[in-house]
Amino acid sequence: MTSFFIYKAILVVAVFGLMLMAAMYSTYLERKVAAFIQDRVGPNRAGPFGILQPLADGIKMFMKEEIIPEVANKTLFIIGPCIAMLTAIMAGVVIPWGGELVIGGVPYVLQIIDLDFGLLYIFGVVSLGVYGIMIGGWASNNKFSLLGAIRASAQMISYEIAMGLSIIALIMMTGTLSLREIVAFQEGGTGGAWNFWNVVYQPLGFLLFIVCSFAECNRTPFDLPESETELVGGYHTEYSSMKLGFYLFAEYINMFVSSAVISTLYFGGTNFPFMNDLGLSQNAITILGTLTFFIKIGFFVFFYMWVRWTLPRFRYDQLMYLGWRVLIPLAIANVAITGLVMILTDRI
Amino acid sequence: MKSLTGRAKVLDNPKMSFLERIYLPAIIGGITITLRHLFRRKATIRYPEQKRTFSPVWRGMHVLKRDDNGAERCTACGLCAVACPAEAITMTAAERKPGEEKLYREEKYAATYEINMLRCIFCGLCEEACPKEAIFLTDRLVSTDYARDGFIYGKDKLVEPVDKRVDVSKRQTPNVLEFKKVKHYRHNR
Repeated sequence: MTSFFIYKAILVVAVFGLMLMAAMYSTYLERKVAAFIQDRVGPNRAGPFGILQPLADGIKMFMKEEIIPEVANKTLFIIGPCIAMLTAIMAGVVIPWGGELVIGGVPYVLQIIDLDFGLLYIFGVVSLGVYGIMIGGWASNNKFSLLGAIRASAQMISYEIAMGLSIIALIMMTGTLSLREIVAFQEGGTGGAWNFWNVVYQPLGFLLFIVCSFAECNRTPFDLPESETELVGGYHTEYSSMKLGFYLFAEYINMFVSSAVISTLYFGGTNFPFMNDLGLSQNAITILGTLTFFIKIGFFVFFYMWVRWTLPRFRYDQLMYLGWRVLIPLAIANVAITGLVMILTDRI
Repeated sequence: MKSLTGRAKVLDNPKMSFLERIYLPAIIGGITITLRHLFRRKATIRYPEQKRTFSPVWRGMHVLKRDDNGAERCTACGLCAVACPAEAITMTAAERKPGEEKLYREEKYAATYEINMLRCIFCGLCEEACPKEAIFLTDRLVSTDYARDGFIYGKDKLVEPVDKRVDVSKRQTPNVLEFKKVKHYRHNR
């Protein structure tokens, strides 16, 4: 029993640290990608290739003066970024970071907890994240912040529905909400039978999901809650020092988590092609699988940035139009088509 | 209706086609462009390590030249100050005393000579106006300062040291060299 707790504790700490590190280096990567896309070199002063830049940024954030506006609601002002950070990190609990690692005959699963409603849990936690933004925006007692917060909540609500609907078709196929089983469903090359990643069966669902995840993470082209050009900084206009840092961090952690979810749901998670045909040992497959998983996550994090530095921002009415009148009908159509195909091919 | 100026343009605002309305082809086009830029050569010059090479006729900080014997060439004629469009140059003239022939080339010299580097636009007209080939713009940069006073350069900064001559040969364009060969111009005598 104690060994179980120690193993879980190590895993929790590792995942926690990993997500913080990922968020830190996402900021670095974001700046580098932005620079490279704009034919610049980006941060290159702190350490070789600017590798220590996130550290310098972190120190700067901690050292800055903390300002709480006179008219702000002080309690909520402090709670806001905490909620944003907390909910962002909580989502990492159910993500299957890897398969089983057998050490001394005891199998250790590289997943903190395998909930049989894991996907619902992620949805719940991620949608709680909007409270951080709303509370922060409202507590600032600033019109720009409030506008940003209102936009954030409206956007979240409208895209959550399309996101959920796009997932339903996938759940119909896999018949489970557990992320581990969804990954197992996509395991490739078992006994000569071909199993493709879900993106092959659900291209429309994937497209809808990734568009909605852009909106959920408040990333360009759907970064209306922040929209520096119109709302100063949106919901974090009044924030300074590490509270601001928490909001930015939460955004990057959300990005990391949603990249992980996309990889898990549609791109086979820890599976890689021919994983069972190469004659590797269980542990080797697990380690390689975790590596491929991180490569996939890295690609999607890069994809977020890539799109950010390419596309301009949607107008607010375009955003709402897209959410309610395009994505939701498409998602429902996707569910219907998937159901029809499943009935016709006797896969139920 | 015809507009008053006749310059009005009828705007053509057609309905977007289906492909345009789903955005995706345009988005894919956009991200391929940014992807190409990702691997392109960067325009940045990493400044302290790398320095941009100056043009051979770069117009930077001025120098007041000495002649071959080390005497100041400037005679405080004031032509540079007159030519200066930014009115950056001021000077006071003084008469050479006996025994100062080593210091000043001609009987009159500039007792003070000041260029306000904040006013200067580095056009090079002073250099063009100078009949004595005393003032030149060089490829040195005017360094920064916190106070405006620091930008008024006097003779201490402008006159070239005897032991550390400033090379201005790069500023002598072929036209100038050609001009110098013609001996019947007073300038070249």
